[in-house]
Amino acid sequence: MALGPALLVSALLFTIGVAGVLIRRNAIVLFMCIELMLNAVNLSFIALSQVLGLAGQVMVFFVMTVAAAEAAVGLAIIVAIFRHTRSVDLKNINLLRG
Amino acid sequence: MSAQTAFYFLAGAAVISALLCIGQRNPVASALWLVSTMFALAGIYVLLNAQFIAAIQVLVYAGAVMVLFLFVIMLLHVGREASDIRGRATRLAAVVIGVMLLGELLVLSRASPGQLAVGGGSVGGAGSPLEAFPAGRAGQLAPAAEGVVGAIARPLFETYLIPFEITSVLLLAAAVGAVVLAKRKI
Repeated sequence: MALGPALLVSALLFTIGVAGVLIRRNAIVLFMCIELMLNAVNLSFIALSQVLGLAGQVMVFFVMTVAAAEAAVGLAIIVAIFRHTRSVDLKNINLLRG
Repeated sequence: MSAQTAFYFLAGAAVISALLCIGQRNPVASALWLVSTMFALAGIYVLLNAQFIAAIQVLVYAGAVMVLFLFVIMLLHVGREASDIRGRATRLAAVVIGVMLLGELLVLSRASPGQLAVGGGSVGGAGSPLEAFPAGRAGQLAPAAEGVVGAIARPLFETYLIPFEITSVLLLAAAVGAVVLAKRKI
């Protein structure tokens, strides 16, 4: 399988993830967009591991572990914020604004 | 169906699902489209000879992580209010930033794998990525000799043993942290 198309798909998915973070205000959807970006990076790792050896696949393994940890802690933070503000909309979460 | 056709079908499915994921008002629909993206990506991983990672992708990402997301969405009962998609100006800015980023990434992806890994060395030459990545050349031949899982287990438990052990500490810290954050009173 050619390397180029896989990297193109990876670039497209990463860009969609960034656009999602920019246009959404729901904190949970924002987290999902971050997962989308991590998946895009995983795809580049796998595509390049065809050329550069299996270390890329090991890195994907680590990325998945970190993503799982990040999702667990992040969602716990969202639940804690929801208890305070009764909302997960970012326009209501401006506690640190001066 | 040839591998090429299957790749383009899965790639199209992944990109369209991702677009629908960021465009859906309802967070549950967003999450389900993201699961669809992840399944398509798992198919692409199989085509790219990463069967073990494809299985892990379905089990851990599409299974565990996304169920956690859906669980929180339904627990908090979000998405019943007005749309959370930002206004026209922000959407336009997002498109502009996205196109710029996509252009940068495409320029990067035109570079050869050797240039991406280390500063300009060619594959196999001096300062090549096969030296930068210790599992390199042996790892390319390994799947045929050791099977798919054995081939990834060898670098994981030999070259990357210490990072692997540190990962377990990270997961423990994350589990404790999640419990502490989500609990009302400890």
